Amino acid sequence: MSSRESILGAIRAITQEKKNLPELPSFGISEEIETAFKKSIEGNKGEILSEIEFLDWLSKSSWANVFSAVSAYATASTLELPQDPHELEDLNLAILEGQFGVAENGAIWLDDRQLPHRALPFITEHLVIVLRKSRLFPTLHQAYENIGDEHSGFGLFIAGPSKTADIEQSLVIGAHGAKSLRVVMI
Amino acid sequence: MSHPQAATEFLKDQAKAKWHDETLWFVRDKRDRISKTLPEWEDLRNLASQIKENVLSKLDSYLEEFEKNAVRNGMRVHWAKDAEEHNEIVLSILQKQKCTAIVKSKSILTEECHLNPYLEKNGIEVVDTDLGERIVQFLNQPPSHIVLPAIHLKKGEISDLFHEKLHTEKGNEDPAYLTHAARLHLREKFLKAKVAITGVNFAVAETGEFVVCTNEGNADMGVHLADVHIACMGIEKIIPRRKDLGVFLRLLARSATGQPVTNYNSHFRSPATGKEIHVILVDNGRTAQLAREKFKNSLKCIRCGACMNTCPIYRRSGGFSYGSTVPGPIGSILSPGLDMKKYSTLPFASTLCGSCSDVCPVKINIHEQLYEWRQEITKTHGELGKGLSMKLANGIFKSPLAYKISGNLMRTALKTLPKSLIYHPINSWGKGRNLPETPQESFKEWYQKNRT
Repeated sequence: MSSRESILGAIRAITQEKKNLPELPSFGISEEIETAFKKSIEGNKGEILSEIEFLDWLSKSSWANVFSAVSAYATASTLELPQDPHELEDLNLAILEGQFGVAENGAIWLDDRQLPHRALPFITEHLVIVLRKSRLFPTLHQAYENIGDEHSGFGLFIAGPSKTADIEQSLVIGAHGAKSLRVVMI
Repeated sequence: MSHPQAATEFLKDQAKAKWHDETLWFVRDKRDRISKTLPEWEDLRNLASQIKENVLSKLDSYLEEFEKNAVRNGMRVHWAKDAEEHNEIVLSILQKQKCTAIVKSKSILTEECHLNPYLEKNGIEVVDTDLGERIVQFLNQPPSHIVLPAIHLKKGEISDLFHEKLHTEKGNEDPAYLTHAARLHLREKFLKAKVAITGVNFAVAETGEFVVCTNEGNADMGVHLADVHIACMGIEKIIPRRKDLGVFLRLLARSATGQPVTNYNSHFRSPATGKEIHVILVDNGRTAQLAREKFKNSLKCIRCGACMNTCPIYRRSGGFSYGSTVPGPIGSILSPGLDMKKYSTLPFASTLCGSCSDVCPVKINIHEQLYEWRQEITKTHGELGKGLSMKLANGIFKSPLAYKISGNLMRTALKTLPKSLIYHPINSWGKGRNLPETPQESFKEWYQKNRT
C-alpha cells in the first residue's frame, strides 16, 4: 500500500463527527482607511510618499542599478531586465506596482503580473511600490474577497522592508530582502 | 534528561534566565496590546477554531482536494508516512538534480524529521537561512523556540560566534552589524543554491496553493533563485478556502510577535516557467494523534508560539529543557503522542494556570490536555514515591489516633532533623522550596487550651 493510501486510510478509519465550516463575516475598521494604511506602513518601518516627494527623492538619489516595472517611471531604469534573476544581485532599486493595499496591516498585494521576476522585490536593495489611493481595503477579509478565485502562479503580500529581531529581540531592518520600502500613493 | 533536570541547567545562569523570562513576557505583552486593537479578536479566534475543527473532521477529503488542485497547477505532490520517508523523498529530489548544497528557511517539520543530519550524512550541505536558525545551526543546536530560534542566546555569545565563523570584529555586539554580516554571508549561499526547502504555514485545498510567511524574506530569496522548491508540510496545515487565509493571517503574526502581519506572505500556486515545486505531505504521528479523541485538537496548532511566550514554566526553564522539537505547552501535548515514555515529564512542566489556552489563536484547550496527559502517563508508567505516600496518608487520615501521633511526630521531626534529610534529592518538592515554620502545637491542642 502506498503511503498516500495508508495516510488517507488511517484518517478514514477514525470515526469523527462532522464539524461545519463557518461562514466568514466581513469585519471592518473604524479608522479612516488612508490614515490607517499610512499608520500601518509606518509601523512596519516603511515610508509613505506622494508622487511629488517620490520624484524628488528619485532625482536626488544616484543609484547605479535601477529597474522600474512601472511604465510611468520607465525612464528611471538603468538596466534591461535580465533573463536570469541571479544577475539582479547588484540591483539597488526596484519600482513595482501594487494591485491594492490593506489598511489594517499595510500589506500590499502583487502577483506574477506585477513581477517580471518573482525574486525582484527580495533581491533588490531598496523597494518602491506604487499604489493607487483608490485601491485600499480595510482588512484582509476584503482583500481576499477582491482576489477571489483569480489565478496567478505566485502572489505576495508585502507589508514592509525585510526585518529581523533574532539577536536579543533588537529590531534590525534589512535582513535578507529589501532594506527599505517606500510606498508611493497616487 | 527529565524536564526538571534540564531546567536546573538553564537556571544556573540566573541573570540570563531572568532576561529570558522578561524578554518573552515583553513579546506576550505586545501580543496582548495588538489583540485589543481588534474588537473582533475573540470572533476571529472562534472562527479559526471552527475552521480547524472542520478541517480535522474531514482531513482526508481536503488532502485529496489539495493534491488534485496542486497537481493541476503544475506542482508535484508526495506523501510521507513518517520522518524517514520524508527525508528519503527530499534526498531523492536532490539526487535527481545532482544538488549538493541547499538553502532552507524555517521549517519546524524538517527539525521534527531531523532532516539536516540525514542530508549531511548523505554529503549535502544544508544552510539554514533564517538568522536565528543560522545562529543555532552554527552552534550545532536545535532552535529553542519555534518563532524565536535563538532567544536563549545573548548578543555577546552571538558576537563571539560570528567572529569565529564569519570573521566579524571581535567584541562588536551591535545587532545591526551582526545582522549585516549574516546578510552578506547568506546572500552568497542564496545565489548558489539550486534547490531551496521551505516549510508551509497554510495550504489551501480549494486552490492547491500554499502560503509561507516570513519577516526576513529568506524563504523567498531561496526559492525564487533556485530551480527547485521543496515545501514540507504536516498534513494538518490544510485549510479549506482561500478566504480562510484572511482569518489565519490576521491571527498568526499578532499572536506570534504582536505585529499586524508578517512582512512577506507568499502564495505559491504554480512554479515559474522552467522550475519545479514539490510539496511533501507528512503524517509522522499526526493520524495517530487524530485518533486520540482527547488530544486530536492539538493538531489545530498554527505554530505561533504564543503559548510559549506566556507560559511561566517555559519562560523560566528555556526551550531546551523540554528536549522536544516543539517546546512549551503545545509541545508538551504533542510530544507524548510521539513517544510517551521519552516525554513523560513534559505534561508535568506546567502550573495548569491555563494562560496558554487563553492566548491560543485557535483555542486549543492546552492546559486541559496537559492534565489529561498526566493521567494517561500515570496510568501507563505509574508513580514513584507519590503512590506510596498517598497510601500512607490514607492510613493516617483514617485513624484519629494515628493522625494525632503523626502530627506530634512531624512537628518534632521537622524541627530536629538535619536539613540534608528534608531537602533530599529524592524529595523533589524540597528543591527551591522552604518548609513553613512548624507551629508549637496542633490546632486541636490550641483549641483545647483557649476555647474549652
